[in-house]
This record gives sequence, C-alpha cells and structure tokens, in this order.
Amino acid sequence: MAELRALVAVKRVIDFAVKIRVKPDKTGVVTDGVKHSMNPFCEIAVEEAVRLKEKKLVKEVVAVSCGPTQCQETIRTALAMGADRGIHVEVPAAEADRLGPLQVARVLAKLAEKEKVDLVLLGKQAIDDDCNQTGQMTAGLLDWPQGTFASQLTVEGDKLKVEREIDGGLETLRLKLPAVVTTDLRLNEPRYATLPNIMKAKKKKIEVIKAGDLGVDLTSKISVVSVEDPPQRTAGVKVETTEDLVAKLKEIGRI
Amino acid sequence: MGPTSPQDLYLPPRTALGPLLSLGTSPGTPPLGLLPLLVPTSPPEAPPCPGSHVRVSPCAVELQSPLFAPGDAMLPWRVSRWAMQLSLQVACPPGALVAGKSGAGARSPSMLVPWPPSLRGSSSLPTGAPEVALTAERYPVQRLPFSEVTEEDLAAFEHMLPGRVITDPEVLAAVNVDWLRSVRGCSRVLLRPRTTEEVSRILRHCHQRNLAVSPQGGNTGMVGGSVPVFDEIILSTALMNRILSFHDVSGTLVCQAGCVLEQLGRHVEERGFIMPLDLGAKGSCHIGGNVATNAGGLRFLRYGSLRGTVLGLEVVLADGSVLSGLSSLRKDNTGYDLKQLFIGSEGTLGVVTAVSIACVPRPQAVNVAFLGCPGFQEVLQTFRFCKAQLGEILSAFEFLDAECMQLVGRHLGLSCPVRGSPFYVLVETAGSSVAHDSEKLTAFLEQALSSGLLTDGTVATEQRRVQALWALRERITEALSRDGYVYKYDLSLPLEQLYHLVPDLRARLGPRARHVVGYGHLGDGNLHLNVTAEAYSAELCAALEPYVYEWTAARRGSVSAEHGLGFRKKDVIGYSKPPAALELMRQLKGLLDPKGILNPYKTLPTRA
Repeated sequence: MAELRALVAVKRVIDFAVKIRVKPDKTGVVTDGVKHSMNPFCEIAVEEAVRLKEKKLVKEVVAVSCGPTQCQETIRTALAMGADRGIHVEVPAAEADRLGPLQVARVLAKLAEKEKVDLVLLGKQAIDDDCNQTGQMTAGLLDWPQGTFASQLTVEGDKLKVEREIDGGLETLRLKLPAVVTTDLRLNEPRYATLPNIMKAKKKKIEVIKAGDLGVDLTSKISVVSVEDPPQRTAGVKVETTEDLVAKLKEIGRI
Repeated sequence: MGPTSPQDLYLPPRTALGPLLSLGTSPGTPPLGLLPLLVPTSPPEAPPCPGSHVRVSPCAVELQSPLFAPGDAMLPWRVSRWAMQLSLQVACPPGALVAGKSGAGARSPSMLVPWPPSLRGSSSLPTGAPEVALTAERYPVQRLPFSEVTEEDLAAFEHMLPGRVITDPEVLAAVNVDWLRSVRGCSRVLLRPRTTEEVSRILRHCHQRNLAVSPQGGNTGMVGGSVPVFDEIILSTALMNRILSFHDVSGTLVCQAGCVLEQLGRHVEERGFIMPLDLGAKGSCHIGGNVATNAGGLRFLRYGSLRGTVLGLEVVLADGSVLSGLSSLRKDNTGYDLKQLFIGSEGTLGVVTAVSIACVPRPQAVNVAFLGCPGFQEVLQTFRFCKAQLGEILSAFEFLDAECMQLVGRHLGLSCPVRGSPFYVLVETAGSSVAHDSEKLTAFLEQALSSGLLTDGTVATEQRRVQALWALRERITEALSRDGYVYKYDLSLPLEQLYHLVPDLRARLGPRARHVVGYGHLGDGNLHLNVTAEAYSAELCAALEPYVYEWTAARRGSVSAEHGLGFRKKDVIGYSKPPAALELMRQLKGLLDPKGILNPYKTLPTRA
C-alpha cells in the first residue's frame, strides 16, 4: 500500500525546562544563549509519521522547518528519529521573529502541493506562542480536511480515522486523504533517537530554500506591542489552628 | 553522611521538586492543603541487624498532590517526618526524662494523634504503623553519664535564644528521627541559633554542664548520624541560612552552615556559577552538613571533593571557643590545614557554622548519553575511552546493571530508551561550547559503537530528556524500596573488581534474596550494592555481614565510600582503617572534645 507521503512540520522553540526571562525592553523574551529544542508536540508528530512508515503505510517522511540556520538542528533531530529527508525554509533571524501561524501555513500549503504529499502532520500548538492555528490554517489554505488534537490515528485505505481530544471527551472523525492532522499529547510517546540512527541521519539530505522560491509572502499584519511578566505571586499567610483558618477565610470573604 | 549520591535517594529527578521536599524540614504545622493527600504507608517494623545496613524504606509516603499533572507518574515522596509525627509515639525510657518539674511539653504521654489514613490511590506498599523504634531500645548502646537538661538549663538557653528553644513534643518527634526512619532518639530540647555567637554560648554552657549535643543540618544522612541516640540536645542550623557574600569573579561563596544546598545553587546560578557539589538531597541538606560529612555527589568526578573546594570554615569547638578560619584564599600554606580535620568529622570534633567555598563557572553545554554495554569489561573500557576522548568535558560516569533497569521499569514504569543490555552507562558532559562538546561526544560515540563496546545508545541535550535519562539512574533507590526490605551497602572498590561482589552474592544468597543489584559512581570507584528480600531476616543479614565487609577489606576497599559512619556504621571502621589510625583518631577526639559532648555514640567505635 505504501504510496502515501507525509510532510511533518517541526518548530524550534525555547526548551520546555528553561526559565523564561522577559527582555528589559519588553519586546519579547530572551532567546540569546538560551537552550532550544524541538517543540514537544512536533516530536509527537514526527514519531507518528515514523510509526506510519514502519507500518509501511507511508512511503516517505519529509521534515520541514521555517526559520534561521539553527532550525537545521531541529530537522536533524527529526531525521534521527526516522524522517527520510528535510527541507529548511530559510528565514533570516530578524524576520523569523515575525513569523506567525499564517505565514508558516502559507509555506506549508505550498510545500504540500509541491512535494505532492498526502498527509501533513503538525503538533497541535507550539509551546512558545500557544497559537494552535498553523494546522488549521494550512488545511484551510489547501482546502483539505483536518483532524486536530489527534490522540489516535488509523489509516483505512484512502481515508484516515482520527480520534480527537475535545472538552467533552473524544470525537472520532473519518477524513478523506489528503488531510492535515495536528497531534495531541496522548497520541504517542516519542522515541529516543538511538546512536545508529543519529549516525544515519548525518547522511540524510536537508534542502535549503527560501520562502520567496515558493512564492510565499511572509509579511505579517500583526506586531507585538509588549511582552510582560505575569504579576508576582504574593506570599501566603500561615495560621496555627483550623479555627484561625476558618476565621481568616471568612474575613477575606472566601466562605 | 548525607545522601551524597542520588542513587541513595528515592527522590524525583534532580532539581524539579527539591523545594517541596524541604517543606518537611521545617517543623510545625504542615501546609494544610497537603494534609488530606498523605498516605502513610509502611510495613511492620522489624529489628535490623545491629550494624550497618540501612533499612531503607518501605515507609515512603505517597504524596498525591494536585501539583502534579495527571499525565505524570505519581512520584512517591519521602515527605519528611512531620507527616509521620502525627502518629508517632513519643515516649522515652526513664533515664531520659527531663529532671525537675514539668514545663511545657516536659512530660510527654503517648502522643498518638489519631490520623485517619486517607486511602487514596494505588500504593503497592502494605500499610502499617509508621513507628520507629527507639535507638536506645533497639540497639545495644548505653547512655554515657552526661548531665540531663534541667529547668535552669532551659532558662539559660531561653536567655541566649529567646523564642528559639523548642520543647514542643510534636516538633521534637520529627527531629528525633532520621530521614530513612531507621533510628530514633529521645531528645527533649531543640535549639535554633541564628549566629555563630549563639552557637558559641550554647556550647560553652553545655561544656560546663556536661550536656551532650547532637548537631543537625538537613537531617538527610544515611547512617543515622544526624539525630540523637538518647537525649542529646539537638543543635539545629535551620535558622543559620544567610548568604554572607559572593564574589563573582573568583566564584567564592561565603555563607552560614544552615543554607540549603539547592538555594545556594540557585543563588550562584543566577550569577553564572554552579556549586561544586550536587546531590539528590539538595532540596533539604545544609551546606554545613555536607561539609561535616564530606559529601560526594554527582559532580565529584568533575570538581572533586569538598576537601578541595572548601576554602575556609568557621567552627565552634566543644568548649564554645570559635575557630575562625573563614578565608577566601585559594592558596594558604601557613601551618597545618585545620579545616581538613573538621571536613568529614560528622559533627564530632566541632560544629561548622560558616563555610567559604569555591564555586565553578556554569557550563554552557550539557549533554547526556545513555549507553548499553554487553559486559562489565566493556563498561570499564568505555570508561577508559571516555576519559581519553572526552577528557576535560566529562562530568559524570554512572553505571547500573540490567536488574536495576528491570526494577525501575517494573516499579516506576520508566521505559528503557535503548536496547536491553546487561549493563547501562550514563555519561554526562559539561563544557563551555555547544559545538565543541557535541563534536567530541559524537566522535566518541561513533568510535565506541564501531569498536563493539556498546550495544546501543542515545543522546539528549533537551532538559526534559536529560532529566528523564538521569531519572533512570537516580530513582533506582526508590524502585528498590518498593521491591521489599532493602539491605544497602556503599563501598569503594578497585575498578576491575567493582561489580564482582554482585554475582558473588547472588550465588551465595540464592533464592533467599529477591534481587541483588549493583550500580553507582563508576567514575569514583563507588559501588552501591543493594539486596532486596521479602522481609527482614536475621539469617539473610548474617549471610551478608560480615561477608560484604570482609570481601571489601580483602581488596583494601572502603566499607563506607561516601555515607560516613554515623551511628550505624561506627563499628565497622576496622575493616578499612588499621588500629593505629583509629587510635590517632581517638586521640584527636580527646584533644578537641575531652568531655565527649559533641555527637556522642557516633563515628568512632565505643572503646571496649
């Protein structure tokens, strides 16, 4: 069956465990010298794509990332996990700050058509902006069906059964391929890239192109006004007895 | 000695939850929000072998708190004694009662506070009375003829430390028990000085009155050295937690002895440095205690022992005199280096009140590689290779055997990231250049893989992955404690023979033991040997001791690599030190503490 081809989008973000600091001029957060890694949800997307390939349902997995040169590290990680080749859409650092979901969606839509893929996989959202829009916009631009917050994915011939995590529980959709899927936490547990694969990944190709080559306009109509720290948590109050606690709670009108 | 290496703690991965654990060290009402979620669990008490094994654990308290996201594994905690105190009996044998009329809390009836155990969640441990037997009753030890605390003494202390003389039985119940819940004293007085001057006054008074004193830091030691044996006055450094200075060019930190290691770490990290030592107990242990026990830890391989990184100490001697050697000089060869006497003296030669320590620049690039090896020979060769290829960027080299991996998988649900192998190695590099370190590490891994030293391996640079890999090594103790009763040994052995004792014991013990595992700081030649069994058994204990000690002594190893001797290993010093050395130690003790009031009954064996 292995005729399907998958495009997986991965984003390089500030590492999940790093303590974020706001820049003094409030234009953003400090990124210089700060540890970056692949967005956790993107890892899940790559893992899913590789699993589909292992099940012989997908023939080729292409990993793509938009941004400055360092994105190539992220693409390498995807290759080490099992992607076949990579595409780096190079955007200079200054412009990369203004790359938003709509711009990335335009790039992905063009690439999906150019590479003639049947499935576009993305993480549901990035942990730096929490937008949760890129997948949906990509589907919109391509006019493809979408299955977002996927917690289970099954290929059924030329259709895709997607189980989605929604507020009320789980929703199952059947989508006709080609389609866009965004991954949620419970879809899978991403593998560790093992040494033999890391070695192999070095030989895999990463093609570098520019957004202009795809005919995509990266201008954004959104500009960041300011980035600020959340208000500081005030200290709590310690009381000695339960009676005191109840009295205090009444005092501040909580009970 | 404090839990100097994470393998001895069943604490969650490194920094993440340290501050929460330190909640336990402040006596008093626990935060109410957490109370309904505590499930005290422990099997019935059993008398241990007199001597050295550590009865680790099955007294872990499962802390199921809304602080953890549902997706995370519920990490069982050792929430410290304040949880246990609620159902501890505080009763002392007659010899230890406070003489004179009863003051607040002087006469303590059984303080069994009925606590409805909220049986939430899945605990794989049987519930039982979380009581720790009194050291005085359980071990063959006689109280020395020290004075007993009187009302006059309490008044004198109150004058010196207004409001910081604690006699509340609930509070005392907590500080009388060690972290492993293996020993319990019956002290009636807890003192909390804030300054060196106060410590000096306290010791002067105790010296005059012949009152025994038990210094206590974070109370995270593994050999019962941080709690009283009888009614020694507990001298806590909890309020001596000021950072006095930090010089950001030299990296010299000067602070009081009661500073918590993790907080010091955070302070210097903000200024581009890190502490030269790191251990799982960092959220609770005090730097004074680290110094007093010569703590080793994770960074030992890279930055060496406290004997090298401590620049100066301020110590109060047994008679109250203050020895102020708080220097910040890197080099000072004027006379005998007295601070070395106090480092590792476990509170028996003086009370450390301030420390000057050299911190190191914070590494820009940290990588962790987790490797599988087909045999112990290959583990040793990988180590040689590592040292040669990675050289100056190598910062940790730990190993564990297949049984350890099985146990963390079975009891904690942690999956093995590489192919199943007889041995696993965790290599950490830390350096100043991401590119340089990655290149070296990659070259090393390629070569190691192609020369058949490795079965498989994986590398991580992202914090989350790094912590996940470290967890496989750090949570072994936790997994062991869930496997049954644990006999724990901490040995230094020649590298080539580091693991041999494990298959040897497996053969010797046969089906009597559930698991015999070996893991530890291979880089430092330190083996953590653990034997699990269904329950304590005198027969099994006899099969282990003195066999393990004799085995170690025959190879000129150390019967306590980093934990120290404390109370529970004080009688085995002979396996690693000759009689002449012990005699000299006794003489030094006699010189510095002629009345023997500092941390009695510990470290050195009682003279027969």
